[in-house]
Amino acid sequence: MIETRKLNTQPALKRPDDFYNALVDMHRELNEEQSQLANAKLILLLANHIGDEEALEEALKIAAEGLG
Amino acid sequence: MLQTHQNPVYEYARSPDQDAATPVHHPLIVVGAGPVGMAAGLDAATQGIPAVILDDNNTVSVGSRAVCYAKRALEILDRLGCGQRMVDKGITWNLGKVFFRDDQVYSFNLLPESDHHRPAFINLQQYYLEEYMVNQIERSPQLDLRWKSRVIAVQDEDDRVRIRVETPEGEYSLTCDYLVVADGANSGIRKMMGLESSGQVFQDRFLIADVVMESDFPPERWFWFDPPFHKGGSTLLHRQADNVWRIDFQLGWDADPEEEKKPENVIPRLKAMLGEDTRFDLEWTSVYTFQCRRMDRFRHGRLFFVGDAAHQVSPFGARGANSGFQDTDNLLWKIKLVLEEQAPDSLLDSYDTERVPAADENILNSTRSTDFITPKSKVSHIFRDATLLLAEEYPFARSLVNSGRLSVPSVYRNSPLNTPDTEIFDSPMQPGTPSTDAPVNDDAWFLQQIANNRFNGLYFSQSAGSLNSDEQAILSNLASDSPVPLNLLVVDLDPAASCPAGVAPIRDSKGLLKQRFDGRPGTFYLFRPDQHVSARWRQLEPKKVAQALARATGRS
Ligand SMILES: Cc1cc2nc3c(=O)[nH]c(=O)nc-3n(C[C@H](O)[C@H](O)[C@H](O)COP(=O)(O)OP(=O)(O)OC[C@H]3O[C@@H](n4cnc5c(N)ncnc54)[C@H](O)[C@@H]3O)c2cc1C
Repeated sequence: MIETRKLNTQPALKRPDDFYNALVDMHRELNEEQSQLANAKLILLLANHIGDEEALEEALKIAAEGLG
Repeated sequence: MLQTHQNPVYEYARSPDQDAATPVHHPLIVVGAGPVGMAAGLDAATQGIPAVILDDNNTVSVGSRAVCYAKRALEILDRLGCGQRMVDKGITWNLGKVFFRDDQVYSFNLLPESDHHRPAFINLQQYYLEEYMVNQIERSPQLDLRWKSRVIAVQDEDDRVRIRVETPEGEYSLTCDYLVVADGANSGIRKMMGLESSGQVFQDRFLIADVVMESDFPPERWFWFDPPFHKGGSTLLHRQADNVWRIDFQLGWDADPEEEKKPENVIPRLKAMLGEDTRFDLEWTSVYTFQCRRMDRFRHGRLFFVGDAAHQVSPFGARGANSGFQDTDNLLWKIKLVLEEQAPDSLLDSYDTERVPAADENILNSTRSTDFITPKSKVSHIFRDATLLLAEEYPFARSLVNSGRLSVPSVYRNSPLNTPDTEIFDSPMQPGTPSTDAPVNDDAWFLQQIANNRFNGLYFSQSAGSLNSDEQAILSNLASDSPVPLNLLVVDLDPAASCPAGVAPIRDSKGLLKQRFDGRPGTFYLFRPDQHVSARWRQLEPKKVAQALARATGRS
């Protein structure tokens, strides 16, 4: 597990099931390639909204943790 | 193919040095008469150092190569006496446009601030740039440019450098105090000395086509990602002098360079881009690949590597010649002070300390641009396209689009020559920064006033229009006691106000000096001969100025 200083890893969504469903739903009509593009756009939008480079770096680390 | 330009042929001429019984000694020899070697020679001459420039060829750059010269490069060329000719011949532009597939994604202005002498960029064929530099060299009695003179051996002896030169009439030797090595990306001297330049080779090929056409495309930089006329690749369009337009097509690694540059293959690409009915003549085609790499160090004893010999970047961002000019801008005033024993040899180490990080900055920027333009993996391709798709409508994504981060001069932020700020300034002109410009006097520019190859001081007096007796005494002592040549400028002195010897008034005609330097009363800036800020204070204190001068010349 990676300790974070800036990134909130505690529950923050008021309706987590709704968001999760919307996320998966976004891809329903999309083919593989479109899905990847949508994910990438989503990441860019959210990263800009967060705007805190340190928090983003922590998120990048956690995302890749244990994978490569 | 049509030719709008004929490369001049410069005659080889026998030098009296070739008949000397023992090798003739020169303070400075420059190897290579590319843009950077010639800038070194011209800089030496403006500093008052006679120099010999040796080139193995007998003409300027052939065909289409560098196009874009940045504001800072023009300011340096101004100091060397040939900036105006380039601006007159070149195409001035500040605006860039980026397209993705069928749509314009956004545009950017590289010089959002007005009232600078030089524009963000001009476009000019490299052969013109070099030709004008040759002409300028020919005018200088201090300079001796020898064509068809290839340096074939270099020996760094303790107190001098010995070189061997090959000419059509045989070989001869020369010695010098310092050798400036500007022999280009494949530097033979680097290899002779067993030195390396290491970095990254990019697996991509670009086709260059220069076409002559009458067109009403505006003078802007247009960059297409994945355009309908060149699917899957990128394309760049620049207008150059003489109605010559430069087009770069990304081809991919598997393209066959010999096939691709044949007119019968280039013309269909151009027609797809420019329209079937557009009339144009093809002037030049070539295919290039590129690398980003640098030497570990640029100073090796009495040898100084500059330009492409020292560092090489991909063309995106136009950071090649532009950064090479900053190398010689940085180096020559230091060599001058050391040759005249006004500064210790260690000052020359600061060439390395300042220009190596600058090269890293250029390599980093051009590598990132290259990665954006030619994504290396599927996922980076997806992020690239996602960014471009968002950029058309969502401003945040525009800052992520990277079609080349165009050359800006490096700030020597951590240089040991700087005297760090101890006070607060509302101006980005921190120590290490190349000075900004502003209109001054009648139709003149600030940078012209500090292009005298000396240290310069800029003072905003305590009370507007005049200097009190303390200020006069301090300034006059500074001017007379300085261990290195120092000119002093006082902002907005009344014509009638008394002005001590060695001090000149400067009129802040639009109030922009004050604004750009945050020139509150009492503020003093010290500039190095290369126009970088060396120190600044809110109050004029002679001791501090003396210390800063000592630091900036490697004496403390
Ligand atoms: C496609 C392309 C586009 C570019 N676009 C830009 C741009 O827009 N803006 C920009 O700033 N830069 C650009 N560049 C980079 C620019 O062309 C180079 O950075 C620049 O030419 C480097 O100048 P130089 O003097 O260091 O070396 P060079 O121009 O390579 O000159 C070296 C000289 O040394 C001579 N020489 C070599 N060996 C010896 C020897 N042993 N003895 C004597 N002479 C010798 C050679 O004949 C040559 O004249 C571009 C480059 C390419 C390829």
